[in-house]
Amino acid sequence: MSPMLELRSVTKTYGEGSSEVHALRSIDLAVEPGELVAIMGPSGSGKSSLLTIAGSLEDATNGEVVIDGRTLAGMSRNDKAQLRRRSMGFVFQDFNLLPGLTAAENVAMPLELDGTSARRARGQALEALDGLGLADRADHFPDDLSGGERQRVAIARAVVGDRRLLLADEPTGALDSVNSEAVMRLLRQICAQGAAGIVVTHDAQLASWANRVVFLRDGRVVDHTAPPAGPESLLATAPGAS
Amino acid sequence: MSVRHALLALLSDGPKYGLQLRHEFEARTGEVWPLNVGQVYTTLQRLERDGLVVSDGADDGPQKGYRITDHGSSELAAWLTTPPDMAQPPRDELLIKVLVAAQVPDVDVHRLIQVHRRHLVEAMQRYTAVKADAPASDVALALVVDAELFRIEAMVRWLDAAEVRLPQLLAAAPLTVAVGDPADESADGAATESQEARA
Repeated sequence: MSPMLELRSVTKTYGEGSSEVHALRSIDLAVEPGELVAIMGPSGSGKSSLLTIAGSLEDATNGEVVIDGRTLAGMSRNDKAQLRRRSMGFVFQDFNLLPGLTAAENVAMPLELDGTSARRARGQALEALDGLGLADRADHFPDDLSGGERQRVAIARAVVGDRRLLLADEPTGALDSVNSEAVMRLLRQICAQGAAGIVVTHDAQLASWANRVVFLRDGRVVDHTAPPAGPESLLATAPGAS
Repeated sequence: MSVRHALLALLSDGPKYGLQLRHEFEARTGEVWPLNVGQVYTTLQRLERDGLVVSDGADDGPQKGYRITDHGSSELAAWLTTPPDMAQPPRDELLIKVLVAAQVPDVDVHRLIQVHRRHLVEAMQRYTAVKADAPASDVALALVVDAELFRIEAMVRWLDAAEVRLPQLLAAAPLTVAVGDPADESADGAATESQEARA
């Protein structure tokens, strides 16, 4: 299986001379379909730069970014925008829903921007909302939804139209622990069904929903977790089991 | 964890057999803490000796029933509101490792912190996977797993804080304060070793 996203020796430098900041230093990372990867690190470790570069919102200073088999280098702005609309979904901490549009209109928008007819786009949007348990919220405006519901609408918008690369930046930052868990459960399910996902976070509970956790420090990948062992491994170490 | 008081709690809504107690205990703790039959019967014998439960006098074995006494009920009520023992050996062990590592030559403390952080996050991934795979109706399991996740998360956050303070620790004069409980031999041994390594 070829990776949905691949970063090869990616560096990102801001400014120059004495004010030069190395946000990313030679990052290698591949995310396969079916995999949810968490990028964990403190503020300033390069997490957000990594996500914006992986999402083609910003160019790498050096190195190569390959999304769904296509190299970003040399691609026109329009081609990148089209790749984003068709292959990628973004989930942000503050949801970024448009307040003047209903849930269904928010979810349908990326499809309409890409030329899908309004009727078809609405059909697909309703399907995506239904899949996330929000069918009865389709015609509500964001202001009438709870925080957890808004984030689920944002996830529906990120996956609608069969987009296969999910990029999430602290997606549960504004939510309580029950809603956070619901959001992470959804992201994990969506990836288990074949999407590839990246979640950047400083929160270990959030990161623990991922299949793999990559640790970032000062713009470098310093470590990653081993492939998950089965739950039976817990019995050997669970307090009180001995 | 108090198996003794857990069994008293299970007996508080009516008499039960030993085997039944074992099944109920495991079901209510999300089957995270397996109990063997021997443990259950030994604990019941002690509870009976202490007057907290009475048996129905049948022969030992699966058909022997137990009932909580008034003394047992007041013991259970007192235990429920008693603050838990706050001593947490795993976290103390981590604290001591990081503190003494700063004194051991040729040890990269940042690296050490990351090794522990990774182990902890891997443990959290395993617990989260248990929760993710469990049916939503298994509330007992979710509660047990949440407790472990919050406990381990606290350790990860402590490591994050330790890393921020690390430059100060490394620049500071060698530690002269005793770390850990002097009665704890393993802590004492670790501190002595590091002082020897420094000398």
